[in-house]
Amino acid sequence: MQGVAEPVKQMQDLLKEADRQLTICNACRYCEGYCAVWPAMELRRTFKDSDILYLANLCFDCRACYYACQFAPPHQFAVNIPEVFSQIRVETYQDYSWPRLLARMVKHNTGAAIAITIACVVTVFAFVLIAKGPGVLFGTHVGEGAFFRVVPYAAMVIPPSIILLFVLGVFAVGALRFWRDTRGSPEEMFSWPAFAKASADAFGMRYLKGDSSGCTYPDEQFSHVRRVFHHFTFYGFTLDLISTTLAAIYHHYFHWESPYPLTSLPVLFGSVGGIALMIGTAGLLYLKWKSDRVPGDATMMQMDVSFILILFLSASSGMLLLALRDTAAMGTLLAIHLGIIAAFFIMIPYGKLAHVVYRYAALVKNAVEQRRVAEADAAHGHAH
Amino acid sequence: MHDGQNGSTAVPQSVDVLVIGGGNAAMCAALAARREGAEVLVLEGAPEHFRGGNSRHTRDVRYMHNRVNNYVTGLYPEDEFWDDLIRVTGGKTNEDLARLTIRSSEDLDEWMAEHGVKWQRPLRGTLHLARTNLFMLGGGRGMMNGYYETARRLGIRVLYDANAQDLAIQDGTFDHVVVMLNGQRREIKAKAVVAAAGGFEANIPWLKQYWGDDADNFIIRGTPYNTGTVLASLLERGAQTNGDPREFHAVAVDGRAPTFDGGIVTRLDSVPFGIVVNRNGERFYDEGEDFWPKRYAIWGGLIARQPGQEAYSIIDSDVIDRFMPSVFHPIEAGTVGELATKMGLDGDTVTGTVETFNRSIVPGGSFDPGELDDCRTESLAPNKTHWAVPIKKPPFYGYPLRPGITFTYMGVTVDDRARIIMHDGRPSPNMTAAGELMAGNVLGRGYLAGVGLTIGAVFGRIAGKEAARSARSR
Repeated sequence: MQGVAEPVKQMQDLLKEADRQLTICNACRYCEGYCAVWPAMELRRTFKDSDILYLANLCFDCRACYYACQFAPPHQFAVNIPEVFSQIRVETYQDYSWPRLLARMVKHNTGAAIAITIACVVTVFAFVLIAKGPGVLFGTHVGEGAFFRVVPYAAMVIPPSIILLFVLGVFAVGALRFWRDTRGSPEEMFSWPAFAKASADAFGMRYLKGDSSGCTYPDEQFSHVRRVFHHFTFYGFTLDLISTTLAAIYHHYFHWESPYPLTSLPVLFGSVGGIALMIGTAGLLYLKWKSDRVPGDATMMQMDVSFILILFLSASSGMLLLALRDTAAMGTLLAIHLGIIAAFFIMIPYGKLAHVVYRYAALVKNAVEQRRVAEADAAHGHAH
Repeated sequence: MHDGQNGSTAVPQSVDVLVIGGGNAAMCAALAARREGAEVLVLEGAPEHFRGGNSRHTRDVRYMHNRVNNYVTGLYPEDEFWDDLIRVTGGKTNEDLARLTIRSSEDLDEWMAEHGVKWQRPLRGTLHLARTNLFMLGGGRGMMNGYYETARRLGIRVLYDANAQDLAIQDGTFDHVVVMLNGQRREIKAKAVVAAAGGFEANIPWLKQYWGDDADNFIIRGTPYNTGTVLASLLERGAQTNGDPREFHAVAVDGRAPTFDGGIVTRLDSVPFGIVVNRNGERFYDEGEDFWPKRYAIWGGLIARQPGQEAYSIIDSDVIDRFMPSVFHPIEAGTVGELATKMGLDGDTVTGTVETFNRSIVPGGSFDPGELDDCRTESLAPNKTHWAVPIKKPPFYGYPLRPGITFTYMGVTVDDRARIIMHDGRPSPNMTAAGELMAGNVLGRGYLAGVGLTIGAVFGRIAGKEAARSARSR
C-alpha cells in the first residue's frame, strides 16, 4: 500500500533515533532509579525495533530523566527520551489500530476531532428534529421514560453497542499484534502474577509517583498534580461507567426507566463521576497548556488535547443535562450529550485511550521480564 | 523556571557572602551560609542549562556511616574510609583535613536530602559501591536541580553566565570580584567570599605549560567551564599553592569522544579483556594488572604518555559482552590485520603483536573476571598477568583510546575552617575555598569513587558557615 510508505519511513527514523539515544543511556545509566524503562534497558546491549517499541510504551512520560540528563539538548548528544518515546507512541497508537486512515486523520489535529464531534452532535440533533419534530425536541418532558420520548431507546443503545464491540475488537487485535511485535510469547501473555503487578502499577500510576515526590510535570519541579488529575479523570470515568451499567441493569431487569431520582445509584455514581471527570480533565488540560514543550511531541499534544477535551465535554454536557432535565432545554442537551458521546466512541481506537492498551501490555511484559531476572539473580546468588 | 537571562533586575553592588562557582561545593557553601542568615549571591560561570560544573556528571557520594539506611547496604566506618584514602593517595593527604572530611561526612545523607538531593535505592548496576556510597536519584544533574531549587526557595540569588575574571585582594583580605556579565564588566563587593569554581582541567593553554602540545590530544571529560580563572587569580594574589600542577586524574576514554563534556558515557573498560597497543602497534603495559578502581585510575595517564596520546584496545568476539556497553560502536573486522588497518595502524605489526601475545599465554588457566585469575602470559614484555586469553575468535573489535582528564589536583591550601592560607602562612580573614579548588589537600593523588563530592559537600558547608561568620563580624 502506498499510503503507509511514508509513516513506515517515519517510524524507521524514529526507531533509529531512539536507538542512538538509548545507546548513550545504556553507557550512562544514571536514571535507572526513576522508572521501569531503565532496568529494562539495562537487560539489553543493543536495541532491536521490538525492544524500542516495548520501552517507548513502558514510559509514563514523567520526564524526570530529561531534567536529570547531563546530555539533554543543548548538549551535543541531544538526549531527549520523553520526546522520542512520545513520537514512537503516537506511531504505535495508529499503526496498531484500524483503519489507519481514520487514525491518521484523528491523530493529526485537534481540529479534526472537534469537527467529528460537531458532526455527531448535528447528526443526532437533525435526527430528532426530523423523526420527532420540533415540538418534541424543544418540549418539556418529565417522569419515567422522559429521555426516550426524545431519543428512542433503541437509537440510544444499539449504535453505541456496535461501536463498542468494534472498539474492543480493534484494541484486542492491536494488543495481540503489539505483544507479538515486542517478542512476547503466547504463554506469557496470560500470567496472573504479571497481571497483578501490571494492574498495581497502572491503577496506582506508580511511575508518576517518582520517589514519592511525584513527577516533573508540567515543568522541572517534582509534583503530584498530574497524577492527582489523572486519578480524578480515570476514576471519574470509571464511576460513570458504573453508573451507565447500573442504569442498564435497572432498565433491563427491573424495568425502571430513566430519568432516575437524584438519590438513585445511577445518578449518584454518574454525578460524582461526572464532577470528578470535569475536575480531572480541566486540570490535565491546564497542565498541558503549562507544560514544557521540549520533552514532548506536538502530535502527541494534539492527541492528548483532543481526547481530554472530548472527555470534558462528555462530562460537562452530562452534568448540564442532569441539572436541566426537567426544563424545555432537555431535548437539546440530550442531543448534544449523545452526539458528544457518539464522537467519543468513534474516536476511541484512534486517540489517546489507546495508551491504556499498549502501556498495560508493556507493563505485563515488564512484570514477566523482571520476574525472570529476579529468579535468575536468586539462582546465581545475586544478593540484594 | 529559573531566569536564564539573569533578569533585568540590577546586579547587586555588594553582598554578605559571594560564592564563586555553581557545583556541589559552591551550592553547599551557599546553602550553609544562607542558613546562617547571610545574604548570598552565587556566580555560576556556565549558562543555566550547563550549571553545576563537574558535579553534573557525578553519580554517587562516599560517606562514613555507622548505621544502615534504605540507600546503603552496609556500614562504612571511619577507619575503613581512612584506610581507603591512604591506599589511593599513597599518603599524599593532610591527615587533619582528611579526618575532618571523613567525620563530617557522616550526616551528608540527611543534610543533602534536606537540601533537595534525592537518593536512589541500591539496584543491580550500583551494587559494587552500594555499601560505601550513596547514589543520587538521576545522578549529578538531578542533585544540582535539587540544590538550586532549595536555594531559590531560601532566597539565594544566582547569576548565570557570570565569569569571575579577577579577585581584588589586599593583604589577604578579599574586597571585590571583577565579573563579566552579559558582556559587561562589573565589580561586586562582598564581606566574605567562597571560591568554589573548580580546577583548571578545561584550560588547554594552561595544561600546555606542563604537557606541551600533547595537551591538544587530551579529552576533557567534564565541563568546559573549569578554566581555572579563579584559581589563577587566587594564586597570583597571594594564596598558597597546594599540589603538583602537572598532576591530573585521567581515565581511558573512547578516542572518538568530544573534546569537552562527554561525561560518563565515553569511558571504556575493555582494557582487561584483550590487549592495548599504541600507534606503533606495540603493547606498553600490563592490561591485566588489577581490578577496576586502580585500572580505571591509571590508564588515562598511561595513554597520555604514549606517542600521540592515543592507544587501541583490541578484543575478540568471546569477550565483547563482558564490559559496560560503550556509547561508540566498536570498529569491527574479520581479521586482526584488517581491524588494525581500519584503525589506521600497520596491519602486519598488530597481527604480529596479537600472535606473539596468543603464543605467550600459559595454558591451563581458568578465566574469571571476578578474580585475579591465573590466565597470564610468560616471557613477554610486558606480560599480561591476569585475564590473558587468546584473541582468536572473529569478528575482532577495536576501540581507539585517549586520556580523558577528569580533574586537576593543584589548588589552594586551606585550613580546617576552609580558610585560604596565604603566602605568609596565615589564613585569610574572609576567603574560603571548597571543592576541586582545594580537594588536593585531602586527595593529593589517585582516585576514590565518590570522594570528590564528599570533599565538596563537607568543605562547602564549612566554607559557607565560615564565610557567614566572617561576614557577620565585618
